[in-house]
Amino acid sequence: MSTHVPAGYKWWTGGKSPYNVSYGKLMMWIFLLSDTFTFGALLISYGTIRVSQNYWPDPNHVFNAFPLMGHTNLPLAFVSLMTFILIMSSVTMVLAVHEGHKRNRAGVEKWLLWTILGGSLFLSCQAWEWTHMITGSHAVLIDGQIKEIGATITQNPYGAAVPGLMHDGHQVTTPGPVGFGGFFFGITGFHGFHVFSGVCLLVLALVWTRIGKFDNLGHYEMIEKIGLYWHFVDLVWVFVFLCFYLI
Amino acid sequence: MSNEIAVQHGVIPHEVHEHHDVHHHHETFITKYVFSQDHKMIAKQFLITGIIWAIIGGLMSVLFRIQLGYPDVSLPWLEDIFGHWAKDGKIQPEFYYALGTMHGTILVFFVLTAGLSGTFANLLIPYQVGARDMASPFMNMLSYWFFVLASVIIMASLFVQTGPASGGWTVYPPLSALGDASQGSKIGMDLWLVAMAMFVVSQLLGGLNYVSTILNMRTKGMTMTRLPLTVWAILFTALLGILSFPVLFSGFILLLFDRHLGTSFYLSDIVLGGNILPNEGGSPILYQHLFWFLGHPEVYIIILPTMGLVSEVMSINARKPIFGYMAMIASMFAIALLAFLVWAHHMFVTGMNPFLGSVFVLLTLLIAVPSAIKVFNWLTTLWRGNIRFTPGMLFCVGFVSMFISGGLTGIFVGNSTLDMHLHDTYFVIAHFHIVMGVSAFMGMFAGVYHWFPKMYGRYMNNTLGYIHFWVTLVCAYVIFWPMHYEGFAGMPRRYYDYSGWESFKHFVELNRVISFAAILSFLVQLLFVYNFFYSIFKGRKVTSQNPWGANTLEWTTPIRPGHGNWPGEIPEVHRWAYDYGKDGKDFIPQTEPVGKDESTH
Ligand code: HEM
Ligand SMILES: [Cu+2]
Repeated sequence: MSTHVPAGYKWWTGGKSPYNVSYGKLMMWIFLLSDTFTFGALLISYGTIRVSQNYWPDPNHVFNAFPLMGHTNLPLAFVSLMTFILIMSSVTMVLAVHEGHKRNRAGVEKWLLWTILGGSLFLSCQAWEWTHMITGSHAVLIDGQIKEIGATITQNPYGAAVPGLMHDGHQVTTPGPVGFGGFFFGITGFHGFHVFSGVCLLVLALVWTRIGKFDNLGHYEMIEKIGLYWHFVDLVWVFVFLCFYLI
Repeated sequence: MSNEIAVQHGVIPHEVHEHHDVHHHHETFITKYVFSQDHKMIAKQFLITGIIWAIIGGLMSVLFRIQLGYPDVSLPWLEDIFGHWAKDGKIQPEFYYALGTMHGTILVFFVLTAGLSGTFANLLIPYQVGARDMASPFMNMLSYWFFVLASVIIMASLFVQTGPASGGWTVYPPLSALGDASQGSKIGMDLWLVAMAMFVVSQLLGGLNYVSTILNMRTKGMTMTRLPLTVWAILFTALLGILSFPVLFSGFILLLFDRHLGTSFYLSDIVLGGNILPNEGGSPILYQHLFWFLGHPEVYIIILPTMGLVSEVMSINARKPIFGYMAMIASMFAIALLAFLVWAHHMFVTGMNPFLGSVFVLLTLLIAVPSAIKVFNWLTTLWRGNIRFTPGMLFCVGFVSMFISGGLTGIFVGNSTLDMHLHDTYFVIAHFHIVMGVSAFMGMFAGVYHWFPKMYGRYMNNTLGYIHFWVTLVCAYVIFWPMHYEGFAGMPRRYYDYSGWESFKHFVELNRVISFAAILSFLVQLLFVYNFFYSIFKGRKVTSQNPWGANTLEWTTPIRPGHGNWPGEIPEVHRWAYDYGKDGKDFIPQTEPVGKDESTH
């Protein structure tokens, strides 16, 4: 495949793949383009609803918890860790693909394992964050009464503060826009589902590598295709991170 | 030169040869006819499933046209068949709404999207680009079976106690989001959404295959600009689907959440049956945006493949090269691009900012330009042609006629000021049935009559074909032309009974004429169905390899090709597909090398 390509060589004349891409990889690229539109639609919907509200919770205030740290105020610390883990898993994925090019089965297995670990860790973090938000209790003034509620897809405790009203030493708020939970859990959940599918694919790839499937085939292209997907899911996270945690 | 040949050998990817060895395997009934991975068989499966759906969807329109044409008449046999849905022999309102909704859903998605693209993309891509099969025959099979799954679910929804979805084929919330809002908003609506989700998966699997086959698996010499227009049309169609269906999918996910998890994506400030619902902050308009971002490209997903079919069949039967080949490609590209930028013309009356509305007016009217270029090219292809009036050719001409009539009314509704009056009236019904419904059917019929010999090795009956064409054409105009007047008069669409309205009761007789023509045109479609199935078994046999004298590669295969299409090597291509009547020769197939002193086109 490393044949010298003369200048002015025509790629589109038929009888071969333009740019030498296999159909499998081409399909993966196009699928990712399609999936971009799925996420794009969700994020834009989120954006339009959010700007139509006259109040939206401050992420620094919502995402300020860290496991085992009690009530210490650590804005965005945990999500930064999650993001770091996911990005590192992309790095290990690159290394797996690299070993695949060298047809080094042991190397592929090693880096696949690290990637699976990274993906699973990310999912565990997400599970913790969701649990923390859903089971959390915040004093909220609802119909003239103070209630302790968490954040779910149908209720949102992160509303504007009620001036001067305190409850057990905490500021009491009004209910926030319900769209917050719907979009937060909906979109991070949809992304988490993508990560989960990715982990499943990686496990499958690991099994196939183990039983020597790719060695028999003579190439590790499947690892590359899963790699494309994995990087994509990573990239989507960057946007989710931006839209929910930073803005 | 020698250098180049070395590269050619170096870069031939493995998949081009991958299918060489599959086509000698022993085939059982199951692998040949049911879980087939042969593109030709999958095409037939899509076509026949599509025909079944078209009959069901068409029958639904007959039923609601009975209600519209004869609102006071009681037909006891209706009650015998449909029970309480047609109490006292009269179609009940819930039934009427369900019929209209399912008619739209079935015809738009199951017939004119899956049935049409599924048939001709599968049949023609490998044949015409010169490939042994699709890039991934397995995914291709999955695409069909996901379509079947969607079909089974939507079919099941017809039989549930509360009936199928009934809020119109666009299923706008809040009606579709609140189970208590109407009969059709209950389980029928859920089944509808799940079926459509399966449908999107099927489309995606199919689309990925179409695009990668066209880009990657063209035979030697088949440059992009030698591809027949059918293949170009399918390429754009597939890309539209790949980029717009996911948005619909997202919209449906949010709708399902609103229905079952109590979220408020589309809901706000609603009082239902005297109860104030807790939902707040959502927007039903958001749904409309998500829907029409697919919805408008969807109408081009329906019409583009037929534009390709018509271009091809017309050029062959006019014995002339298609006029403006490159202009055809360019205008399809323009249409595909603009298709993504006009969706809000369906929403002019949602309280949209008039300035934004005017932007969408401009972009919408721009689409008329490439559409007009295509029409011009078809007319010029016909001009002074040596026309053979086969049934396929007649349907091509019918297509152009319909497309012009419906395109012109598009310019009416594309102007927001006019659309304020025309929106949600029969004018819109007339517009899109002519430009999309009937046109697309005409194009599809052209394709079926033309490629039937390739599919089954037999011809369809011509006389029945002519009757089919003329009755369909006349009925189509009788049905939809008067609807423009009704629309101008403000007659709203989707109403159950117009006879009680002072403003519309004088249309009762006109409606009766329309209903009569609708029923007649349904019956004549059955004639087509009869012709189709009869000819599969008893039609006149094809005896020559290239019965139409066509240039494209499918006619270089044996009359009944096996899996793999060409018994020997895949032929090489030396020219474009439209050398008809060139240098005194009737036609020159794509496989013929360019002669020394041949003129260039
Ligand atoms: C000349 C180009 C066209 C223009 C300017 C145009 C414009 C429009 C506009 C503005 C509407 C919205 C009307 C309303 O709801 O008030 C509409 C409806 C529609 N058009 Fe077109 N159109 C054109 C061509 C087409 C074509 C080629 C197709 C299909 C192949 C098509 C299919 C439809 C459908 C299905 C609807 C109605 C959907 C519904 O509300 O149920 N149109 N068109
Ligand atoms: Cu439109």
